Amino acid sequence: MTDLKIKMKDVHKAFGPKRVLNGFNLDVPKGQSVVIIGGSGTGKSVTLKCILGLMDVDKGSILIDGKETANIHGTERSKIMRKFGMLFQGGALFDSLPVWENVAFGLIHGQRMGREEAREIAIQKLASVGLASQVADLLPAELSGGMQKRVSLARAIAVNPEIIFFDEPTTGLDPIMADVINDLIVKCVKDLGATAVSITHDMASVRKIADKVAMLHEGRIIWYGDKSELDNSGNPFVDQFIHGRAHGPIMTIGAAQAA
Amino acid sequence: MSESSASGIIQHFGTKRLLVNFMNFLASVGAPVLRFMNATGKLTYFAAQSVINCFLPPYYFRSVIRQFGDIGYYSLPVVGMTALFTGMVLALQSYTGFTRFNAEGAIASVVVLSITRELSPVLAGLMVAGRVGASIAAEIGTMRVTEQLDALTTLSVNPHKYLIAPRIIAGTLMLPLLVLLGDIIGVFGGYLVSVHMLGFNPHSFLSQSWDVLESMDVISGLVKAAVFGFIVTLMGCYNGYSSGRGAQGVGAATTYAVVSSSILILIFNYILTQVFFS
Repeated sequence: MTDLKIKMKDVHKAFGPKRVLNGFNLDVPKGQSVVIIGGSGTGKSVTLKCILGLMDVDKGSILIDGKETANIHGTERSKIMRKFGMLFQGGALFDSLPVWENVAFGLIHGQRMGREEAREIAIQKLASVGLASQVADLLPAELSGGMQKRVSLARAIAVNPEIIFFDEPTTGLDPIMADVINDLIVKCVKDLGATAVSITHDMASVRKIADKVAMLHEGRIIWYGDKSELDNSGNPFVDQFIHGRAHGPIMTIGAAQAA
Repeated sequence: MSESSASGIIQHFGTKRLLVNFMNFLASVGAPVLRFMNATGKLTYFAAQSVINCFLPPYYFRSVIRQFGDIGYYSLPVVGMTALFTGMVLALQSYTGFTRFNAEGAIASVVVLSITRELSPVLAGLMVAGRVGASIAAEIGTMRVTEQLDALTTLSVNPHKYLIAPRIIAGTLMLPLLVLLGDIIGVFGGYLVSVHMLGFNPHSFLSQSWDVLESMDVISGLVKAAVFGFIVTLMGCYNGYSSGRGAQGVGAATTYAVVSSSILILIFNYILTQVFFS
């Protein structure tokens, strides 16, 4: 129990009649990188948003460091948020602010650090993701997609979080840039000694950044194990997903209609 | 089957159909009422949260100052032009109307009272609703769609404090200043037409304007402006914050922000006029 950084137990979340999470359970050990895989629309992003408190759960428990965090708000939520860093799928950089201020945002506004000191840290963090200090004064719109991901990663690690969340970190990147981002994720997580939770469809990314893998299907985790066990899981859902087969127990929309 | 039992069955089904029709009618009335109450409740809660966050630390002074510029300084040309031409048209229309009753002398009074009490605050409010309300809704709506609002929360920053409170503070404080300038520019427009086109004596126009003007005329206009500034920024923020997904969602949020704030300005203008002058 004490080794678990995050423990989700019997979490339910529905949007109207649509049940997205339906008895979801997940254990995330401290210092490990857990990757949640699953088809589109299975609730991966909702899972992250529930942990982050961006969405309330209908039922269930989310323990972080053994403390209940499901549906808490206000000051208590703010304290927990300080443990988190998040890399959003689209970057979610603030387009009216220069790059350095994006990276230093959590330091300046969340931790009330002075702007000069925060700028120095931001430039260090940019260097750690392979970006030169000249980038610091550019606006996000002036950067390529890969550079925006790096800035977003720098922002996620700027406050030295205990837990980092990655939402589809390689989506929209070419395979080489995706591999660069995967390497950076592994390096940053190791350097910080952080716990990581990622969601992705990209199997190359899974094989690179995961310690443990969880497969989400129909609102619950149907397989959970070490990365090394992924190819011999014995689970037909996992096999179909990791090999990208159209036919199998996971019904695609077209297959379901044909049936 | 006997005749009486058949008529009983017909009566039973007739009553049932009537009941179903009545329930359908109630549902068609009840659904929009419930939607309206739901929307009103959400807006009231959002407004209360926003006002509370204006007074609670941390304060984002840099954001407030930036909004002073965006909402106040950059709205000055549009508000100034509106006030100038409104004052000019008012003098011209008053002249053509009042000459029928030999009451041309009242033009200065009409211009200054109409501008300060009604036209300057209402027109400035509507112009700012179009310029600033739409811009706020589009900006915050885009932030919602691109997950920037979620990013703020994950960085331990309350979006209500960082994004909404500065805009509401700036709107509520800057619109009275814009209206004060609009008052001066509008009266100046009336002066230009009256003196240079209609041949009025400049001294008598100014002295008549000054004599008829009471402090309450200006104050009521400024209070209205503060309320309109609050409405415009609140509706812009609310519609942007609750924007739907995609470009269509942001477009709809922008439209709702302008339409709802314009209607609320006209409603509150009546209420405030009733309070000040009845």
